[in-house]
Amino acid sequence: MNTLVKSLYGLRDWVDSRYPLMKTWNEHLAKYYAPKNFNFWYFFGGLALLVLVIQIVTGIWLTMNYKPSADMAFASVEYIMRDVDWGWLIRYMHSSGASFFFIVVYLHMYRAMLYGSYKKPRELLWIFGMLIYLTLMAEAFFGYLLPWGQMSYWGAQVIISLFGAIPFIGDELALFIRGDFVVSDVTLNRFFSFHVIAIPLVICGLVAAHIISLHEVGSNNPDGVEIKANKDANGVPLDGIPFHPYYTVKDMVGAVVFLILFCAVVFFAPEMGGYFLEHANFVPADPLKTPEHIAPVWYFTPFYAILRAIPDKLGGVVAMGLSTTIFFLLPWLDRSPVKSIRYRGWKYRSWLAAFTVSFIALGWLGMQVATPAYTWLARFFSVVYFLFFLLMPFYTSNDNDKPVPERVTS
Amino acid sequence: MSDDGINMERRRFLTTSATVAGGVGVLATAVPFVSTFTPSAKAKAIGAPVEVDIDDIEPGEVKIVKWQGKPVWILRRDEAALESITGLNDEVRDPQSEVEQQPGYAQNEYRSINPEYLIVVGYCTHLGCSPKKVLEGGGAPFGLADDWEGGFFCPCHGSRFDLAGRVFKDVPAPTNLIVPPHQFLSDTRVIIGEDSGVS
Repeated sequence: MNTLVKSLYGLRDWVDSRYPLMKTWNEHLAKYYAPKNFNFWYFFGGLALLVLVIQIVTGIWLTMNYKPSADMAFASVEYIMRDVDWGWLIRYMHSSGASFFFIVVYLHMYRAMLYGSYKKPRELLWIFGMLIYLTLMAEAFFGYLLPWGQMSYWGAQVIISLFGAIPFIGDELALFIRGDFVVSDVTLNRFFSFHVIAIPLVICGLVAAHIISLHEVGSNNPDGVEIKANKDANGVPLDGIPFHPYYTVKDMVGAVVFLILFCAVVFFAPEMGGYFLEHANFVPADPLKTPEHIAPVWYFTPFYAILRAIPDKLGGVVAMGLSTTIFFLLPWLDRSPVKSIRYRGWKYRSWLAAFTVSFIALGWLGMQVATPAYTWLARFFSVVYFLFFLLMPFYTSNDNDKPVPERVTS
Repeated sequence: MSDDGINMERRRFLTTSATVAGGVGVLATAVPFVSTFTPSAKAKAIGAPVEVDIDDIEPGEVKIVKWQGKPVWILRRDEAALESITGLNDEVRDPQSEVEQQPGYAQNEYRSINPEYLIVVGYCTHLGCSPKKVLEGGGAPFGLADDWEGGFFCPCHGSRFDLAGRVFKDVPAPTNLIVPPHQFLSDTRVIIGEDSGVS
């Protein structure tokens, strides 16, 4: 026993003198001091990493049986579902994982908005996070074409046509993206390439940058107090606890709860009533016939509702683009000296509430058939959505913020 | 030149010229990679013109053919249909087809060479869904109004077109349906994707 432990330590030291093993371990885990007052909202960063791993692993296995060709794609997915041992499980983990990825990422982003985590000095951390979010949307979009169902096909057709709305170069650009005059085998094959290698590589790189910049500036917390402002004689923040073992253990509990919910969906409701896997996608792609009602998967519907709300083709595309990218500006639009919602005044609280309602309402409207009444509702909520951002410099600069404590409160 | 006497000017020049030369190399290398995204020779070949027999289309019927992989509709219209088109001039956005969505020879009220046959690409000009052919008038499906006179309805975002593929006002689609280049080889045979320029 003693010799085994000794030789393991010896091995560690051998590596350590050739590679910064312990240094990395300490910087990012054992001596990374995180605020002691993390709450429920702080599970979602770690969970996003967990879902990323699930998606990569299941994706690798799906690739072993999937055929990226217009003739064989649909059948190969059915083959995975019916003939490959446990193939249905891996496929449902991957398809449900996509929706869970967005659930977790939306909650993670919302946490940042609740507690002002994007504010100085975490602007770059926020920008890396936003880039991950945009890349994730691209990843989801490319992946959605692969099953080659009716919704895959016409969804891709509509989204690529969005680029066609750009003046002068639009038509050429759409042709360039498709590589053909219509969405075809060529398009499917290149989307497969983007989905399985190009975009995942970018996501992994951005995740690394996101975590490195987080560990450089340190985590925010529900009080929005900088724990680095109060350190003990050894330079350890008084309100900080080492990430490992405290938060690794806590996050494991979160991961278990998450996996229970995840498995419940994978095993009992993988289609989630048509929200996670749309019904029209169980029909093979037919380039001559559009389904009666097409809508994107739920995680795109708020932006889709904004697109439809604008009665002008280019205007709609621009508004949709802005609605996803305007988050980049949050660190500079928010003028409040206070980070956390706990100490914000009524103005920010009210606007955040209005934004939250608008986002959910737009998400619901984006799934419905666009009747005139719904279109007017979507216009109303789109205006609220954008006003939340555009008026932010004004209502945050003279809000009746409360005094922020010196130290974290719980 | 001594070891400690660094010629900053020369160093800057070398750095700049190396960056420029390297940058040109990177751009030149990018050309083949970017070029692979354009339609391949095969994709272009599939986009070749197609010949269609039209003598088996009954009035009020649509024949669908694939050209460049897109659905092309050939609709045979009777007198009533042509009258309905004339009657809708005030309700469509571009009654005289002034926006270039058709070859010159199809720039007329009926948007066709021979008024009897409408030939259009079956993609909505909004975001590319394929509209439904709701050719019968009256209380039609899809929540269309009772005074619907027949035409095309896009289920994706609610755009409507008349029997000449002209877009109605107040819908998201900005322009009329596209008339592909085509010409009549005989009374019963048409070629899509090719014309002699005048026809």
